Amino acid sequence: MTMFLTIAVIVLVFLVIFQIAKASEYVAVLKGEENSRKQTNKINGFLMIGFLVLGLIGVWYCNDALYKKTLLPLDAASVQGERVDSMLWVTLAVTGLVFIITQILLFYFAYKYQESDKRKVFYFPHNNKLEVLWTVVPAIALTVLVVIGLRNWFYFTGDAPDNAMKIEVTGKQFGWIFRYPGKDGVFGKKYYKVIDPASNSIGLVWKDNAELNLKDDPASHDDIVNEQTMYVVKGKPVKLIIGSRDVIHDVGLSQFRMKMDAVPGIPTTMWFTPKYTTAEMKKITGNENFQYEISCDQMCGNGHYSMKGVIEVVTQEEFDMWMAKQTPYYLQAFPDKDPSKQKADSTTAKPAVANAATMLKAVAKN
Amino acid sequence: MSNEAVLHAHEAAVHQVHGDHHEHHHHETFITKYVFSMDHKMIAKQFLITGMVWAVLGGLMSVLFRIQLGYPDAHFPWLQDILGKWWVQDGRITPQAYYALVTTHGTVLVFFVLTAGLSGTFANFLIPLQVGARDMASPFMNMLSYWFFFTASLVMLSSMFVETGPFSGGWTAYPPLSALGDASPGSKTGMDLWLIAMALFVISSLLGGLNYIATVLNMRTKGMSMTRMPLTIWALFFTAVLGVLSFPVLFSGFILLIFDRNFGTSFYLSDIFVNGVGALPNEGGSAILYQHLFWFLGHPEVYIILLPAMGMVSEILSTNARKPIFGYMAMIGSLFAIAVLAFLVWAHHMFVTGLNPFLGSIFVLLTLLIAVPSAIKVFNWLTTIWRGNIRFTPGMLFAIGFVSLFISGGLTGIWLGNSALDIHLHDTYFVIAHFHIVMGVASMFGMFAGIYHWFPKMYGRYLNNTLAYIHFWVTIAGAYMIFWPMHYEGLAGMPRRYYDYSIWESFKQFADLNRFISTIAIIVFATQLLFLFNFFYSIFKGRKVTQQNPWNSNTLEWTTPIRPGHGNWPGEIPEVHRWAYDYGKDGRDFIPQTEPIGADESHH
Repeated sequence: MTMFLTIAVIVLVFLVIFQIAKASEYVAVLKGEENSRKQTNKINGFLMIGFLVLGLIGVWYCNDALYKKTLLPLDAASVQGERVDSMLWVTLAVTGLVFIITQILLFYFAYKYQESDKRKVFYFPHNNKLEVLWTVVPAIALTVLVVIGLRNWFYFTGDAPDNAMKIEVTGKQFGWIFRYPGKDGVFGKKYYKVIDPASNSIGLVWKDNAELNLKDDPASHDDIVNEQTMYVVKGKPVKLIIGSRDVIHDVGLSQFRMKMDAVPGIPTTMWFTPKYTTAEMKKITGNENFQYEISCDQMCGNGHYSMKGVIEVVTQEEFDMWMAKQTPYYLQAFPDKDPSKQKADSTTAKPAVANAATMLKAVAKN
Repeated sequence: MSNEAVLHAHEAAVHQVHGDHHEHHHHETFITKYVFSMDHKMIAKQFLITGMVWAVLGGLMSVLFRIQLGYPDAHFPWLQDILGKWWVQDGRITPQAYYALVTTHGTVLVFFVLTAGLSGTFANFLIPLQVGARDMASPFMNMLSYWFFFTASLVMLSSMFVETGPFSGGWTAYPPLSALGDASPGSKTGMDLWLIAMALFVISSLLGGLNYIATVLNMRTKGMSMTRMPLTIWALFFTAVLGVLSFPVLFSGFILLIFDRNFGTSFYLSDIFVNGVGALPNEGGSAILYQHLFWFLGHPEVYIILLPAMGMVSEILSTNARKPIFGYMAMIGSLFAIAVLAFLVWAHHMFVTGLNPFLGSIFVLLTLLIAVPSAIKVFNWLTTIWRGNIRFTPGMLFAIGFVSLFISGGLTGIWLGNSALDIHLHDTYFVIAHFHIVMGVASMFGMFAGIYHWFPKMYGRYLNNTLAYIHFWVTIAGAYMIFWPMHYEGLAGMPRRYYDYSIWESFKQFADLNRFISTIAIIVFATQLLFLFNFFYSIFKGRKVTQQNPWNSNTLEWTTPIRPGHGNWPGEIPEVHRWAYDYGKDGRDFIPQTEPIGADESHH
């Protein structure tokens, strides 16, 4: 019923507008088209300047209401992000200035030079000096922006520092899988045809397979694999080696100002240095629920909007503690091969802890 | 009191006599005149009206997905009654329907409305009229061009009704998502139909484009040298060149995709394990290859959409400022520069795909270079209206609106074209704001400007001015209110193409803003219906045009009869003696192109 009422109201409004429009056309014809044209010309000229003023107020108001909801009021959460932000401010200054000047000129000219019987137009078909001026000035401004941009670009896409921690990230519909190289510091081989969603989600090669011509890779035996939450260390560069299991995804890290596609068959990389732990960010943002979220930024199917991962930035000690609790993926798949479990009857769980500690050192080295 | 009686009481004396048709006239049936017409003017109208139908459908789709974004928790049972269970469940638009709407909205608006509807309409309508030709170089190919487009439209429309739904992987259709029906139901039959529709569309575009180029190069009337052509023609000419050179590349990309989908090849596929299906045999392909092929068209496509609008805006600004366009040669030069650069910047859509950083840096440089010709154009437009004597016809208002939007959207291109910033802003709402303002709304404004300006030539009647003014002011204010705040969402990193943001701690703070944007979008959409009503009502009932040259314009189309027949000019085609922009010269308001240079005329 409300729907019919709404439709009726809309139709009615349309009819009213239409009748007014029709009537005004009649009036125009009866009054003399030239006169009424001049009258509406004045109205539109006034609206031009009105739009300019209201528009600029609107821009200010919009900024006032929304600026605090963006990432900009707070410090970027990575060392690289600071450079993105500073570049962003420079670009904003340049483009903002041009925006204000040109919009003011456009609407002011439209208002100022509206039709008047007294005005004689200025026949001004070209002027080389002016045209050179507005070719050269933008070219110089853009050169500056390109230089700043490319310096940052080569820094961001350059090699990660040697002490960077390596983590492999794999996207799948609709979630993230993370792999740490384990105590040997080497990622074991993987092959997509041995993927088993239940026990081997990224296809680690840990069994001989004559059919696929695969040989068991011992380096895969200590790899740590987990889903949804990635742990990284504050102040320590982290290099992500990114891939996908099915379609193209994208690792979007807005707080770190970083982004990189996950493409099946073609590994990509990205590195950054987190500046604040998750706990610190909770204080900085004043939001108890703050999380560093990994958003999938490349359309990947109907669950795209829910493809969320979490990055937990922690201190080195917390990281070591966490890592010590992890069981290699291989041992999760083959619990009977776990040396700590086999000896669990005779001794305590100590070997496992020792095991984890050496593993941690190896990870830290990488 | 009848409309006709009031509006046309005094015009009996000046009514145009149609009697003396020239030799091209022959008996026409309804079918040859309105359906399988070979008259460029009728084909233009066919493109325009088909484009408008798509604009309404595409706009309606955006209203539907904006309802989801603005009111994610609300239930609309009546929507379910209208659209059915596949689209709306439990009163909420389903995720698959949402993605199908987003995808089809993009495809339809970019290709069917702003390519076919814009350059299909105005290239067809204006090229022969403004260069002084009786018709296109090949009227038959021209007719085929429309009917291929029409068939493409039917196929695309039919994809809305298949069981697995229309394609839902984004208008760019990146594989593997678009190649694997098992990865997304929209990539099943819906994608096959999408590909067929797009292939037909490419053929339509090529047939049209070749025709436009041939006509501009070969069929100009006596005296119409290339540098005397109105800027509309230059712009439409470059548009056609861009299309002819880049659409075949898109076509090849689609062919490979069809092979991957149906014939087991691995051009784009490699190392894929699909949930519920298992590992696929394909190895060695590159998903990125498709993106190169797609954007090799995709980027010129942006200019295919924008250049016609630029050309028409140049013409309309000059005519209604009663002042020559400033820097005519620089305008052609910048069009040319944009057309060349359009082919050299495609990979700026791919900065975060793992593209070689050095290659990326080249694309940064070339991309930002486009800002130079764009700046020239903007400043030349500003100088054109400076010290003019401006008449705010509806066409003029939309032309001014175009310049404003082009500035706003163009400037954010400088942000996104710089790869180090793009890393942060890529695929966020910042991008949505950028391209909707600079390409979507701006080109729409160019199209509206063109429609309002040339409607009298198309139908021999005027559109209603009051409705036009309401249309303009609501649309420009609404467009800014919709897209301006989206920059802020982008600066928060909010990703595009999300069905629901409520689970995201980083993005859910924009729920109120999204509701605001959706509300404005609905109002703006309703205003477009007002325009549509004005359009169709005025075709039949509008105020009749009584002067041959209602805008006091210099160009050739206004030397034809008010309702030109097939062949455009009865008798000889007029000869051209000067450029199209002698407004306000030597104290004369305007000097048509057909008037010989006077002995004592000043030089510029």
